[in-house]
Amino acid sequence: MGLSRRDFLKWTAAVTGTAIVGRRDKAVAEDVPRPSPERYGVLVDTTLCIGCRKCEWACNEWNKNPNQTFKSFEGKSVFNTVRRTHAHNFTVVNRFINPETSTPVYVKRQCMHCEEPGCQSACFVDAFKKTGKGAVIYNADVCVGCRYCMVACPFDIPAYEYYEPLTPRITKCTFCFDRISKEGQVPACVQICPAETLRFGKRNELINLAHERIRNNRRKYIDHVYGEHEVGGTSWLYLSSMPFEDIGLRTDIGEKPIPNASKGFLFMTKLFEIVAAWPLVFGAFYAISKMKQGNSRKTPPEAEKEGHGKKS
Amino acid sequence: MSFKDYVRSNLTIPNAAAAAILTVSVPVMIYRFLYGLGPSTNLSDTNPWGIWIGVDVLCGIALAAGGLVIGTAYHLFGMRQFHHFLRPAILTSLLGYLFSVFGLLFDLGRYYRLPYPMVVSFGLSSIMFLIAWHFALYILVLLVEWSPAFFEWINRKTLRTWANKLAIWATIFGVIIAGGHQSALGALFLVAPGKLHPLWYSELLPVFYLVSAIIAGLAIVIFESTLTHKIFRRQVGNFDPAEFDRLTLNLAKGASAALFTYFCLKVFGVVHTHNVTLLFTPYGYWFLLEILGFVLLPAFLLATGVRYKNVRLARWTAFLVVIGIILNRINTSVIAFNWNAPVRYYPHWMEITITVGIITMEVLAFRWIVNRMAILYDHPDYESSH
Repeated sequence: MGLSRRDFLKWTAAVTGTAIVGRRDKAVAEDVPRPSPERYGVLVDTTLCIGCRKCEWACNEWNKNPNQTFKSFEGKSVFNTVRRTHAHNFTVVNRFINPETSTPVYVKRQCMHCEEPGCQSACFVDAFKKTGKGAVIYNADVCVGCRYCMVACPFDIPAYEYYEPLTPRITKCTFCFDRISKEGQVPACVQICPAETLRFGKRNELINLAHERIRNNRRKYIDHVYGEHEVGGTSWLYLSSMPFEDIGLRTDIGEKPIPNASKGFLFMTKLFEIVAAWPLVFGAFYAISKMKQGNSRKTPPEAEKEGHGKKS
Repeated sequence: MSFKDYVRSNLTIPNAAAAAILTVSVPVMIYRFLYGLGPSTNLSDTNPWGIWIGVDVLCGIALAAGGLVIGTAYHLFGMRQFHHFLRPAILTSLLGYLFSVFGLLFDLGRYYRLPYPMVVSFGLSSIMFLIAWHFALYILVLLVEWSPAFFEWINRKTLRTWANKLAIWATIFGVIIAGGHQSALGALFLVAPGKLHPLWYSELLPVFYLVSAIIAGLAIVIFESTLTHKIFRRQVGNFDPAEFDRLTLNLAKGASAALFTYFCLKVFGVVHTHNVTLLFTPYGYWFLLEILGFVLLPAFLLATGVRYKNVRLARWTAFLVVIGIILNRINTSVIAFNWNAPVRYYPHWMEITITVGIITMEVLAFRWIVNRMAILYDHPDYESSH
């Protein structure tokens, strides 16, 4: 095979060039399963939430997290800081003040159950799974505890049992996967919500419903369904009367699914390793043959005399 | 030498310092393994990664690229003149990787599951998966490349001949996978576009990491050979200082060219993502310090050193480059990471203690091997064609 140096350089340049400037979105579009119409979602209408935090109580109950009495959730002092999810809190309700009306806006946070989850693509032991129902669930039996899923999550949801010395787990909302797997059951938080803030249903239908609500009350709602397109779409969807970035939902995360960021790189790396392997192997043959020639020319006493640094 | 003399010969200041460090850090290491990450680190749900990833793994692996650079130059490009640099570079790399993985054990919540991605469950879509496999394979590669010295030490001629023949194949394999995982370490942060400061986040992160790893490899070889020639002078024996200086300047030339390339890539990265205005913010000044003070400045200094054959300048600049690489790795993983988060991360004293302990162990392991095996000189019983 006549692989000349020029050909080799051309190849390398072509592959490197593609790696650097190539748009990967198109190349990987085929192998991404599009959201199934059967997947569930929850629509959170933040304009209806009264901040009773009963969802937090129900979540703790169902997931056997340390809980407090039903009554103790009525206190408002907890809203003085903006909270996030932790090892034993899968959901939190935060309060924001609408500057125009000075009225409080309450926002429940939990795992968004992305259509294409960043945590799943980050996990090197495949501990996360996007189920057909829509829930993103975690398998502690294989988890090594590297916490890369926490780095990859654009919503900062997965939490870690830092104070569990030997068997720490990642924890997050499970979308009450055990409940929604049964016909007619809804997540614990949805069931207890007294204000109809949370609505469980097929994701497609919820998106239509959300747009309908916006159409019917344009003065009340921001014309955007948060989660419809964010990072490729999420199972949980939000409606708001205030800009989403002002109620703790990041709007700078884009519409590109997180897994796409790593897919392109992995594809190019593997391609490069396969393509680059051959010139290198031929190079090795060449180097060996050259070395043999060099050795046969040398007379033994000369070789013995060779000290350091004097080789040429 | 009697036992008493042996003990007395080991009572030196560096040994006393190492003993003091290990007396503190080994119990802390045990404490971490028994009591978990909570009490021993400042890691939190918002900041899941700290200096064990930023320093032990990212810096450790970048600075372990010397074996790749010299191995490629020697075996693939046939630059036989670097023969003298090969074995120390390979050993530095081998220890760099082994101790990076050792450092990683402290960071992993379930450290006893380290082999899981190889045998139990495969996360094929994960960049971390690629890194795990590449680390494991590359450590094997380095073991093969290092093994001739080991077989000379235990005096196994046949095995040593075989190992020598395998070494070139190991190097080829190593070139393929080392580039892959050096860039993958940068690609780790591709999944966090909203968390890494836009001046550091770029689609080019893998390219930045790869090019800067080559720079790190060249710089660390200059740095390491300078130190070993001072500290282990007796072992180095009949080397020719003029030739050593000439080769050091050759390495400096390569490093200077790579630094200029890297600088242009970094500028392109910022311009391409329309983030030029961010340069005039506090993070921007910090970014400018990194790429002007630790990339462009050393690129010029090395070029000057080469032009005027000023080896001293080249050696000191190599040290500056090493600092710059460490700064870049800490910036991407700690300082510019989660720059907008409500809770910032500062390392816990135990985290620092363990990292310092690991580095001390690595230096001790290097010295132990260099004092016993033919790393800095050719073994008198063997011809020098390794």
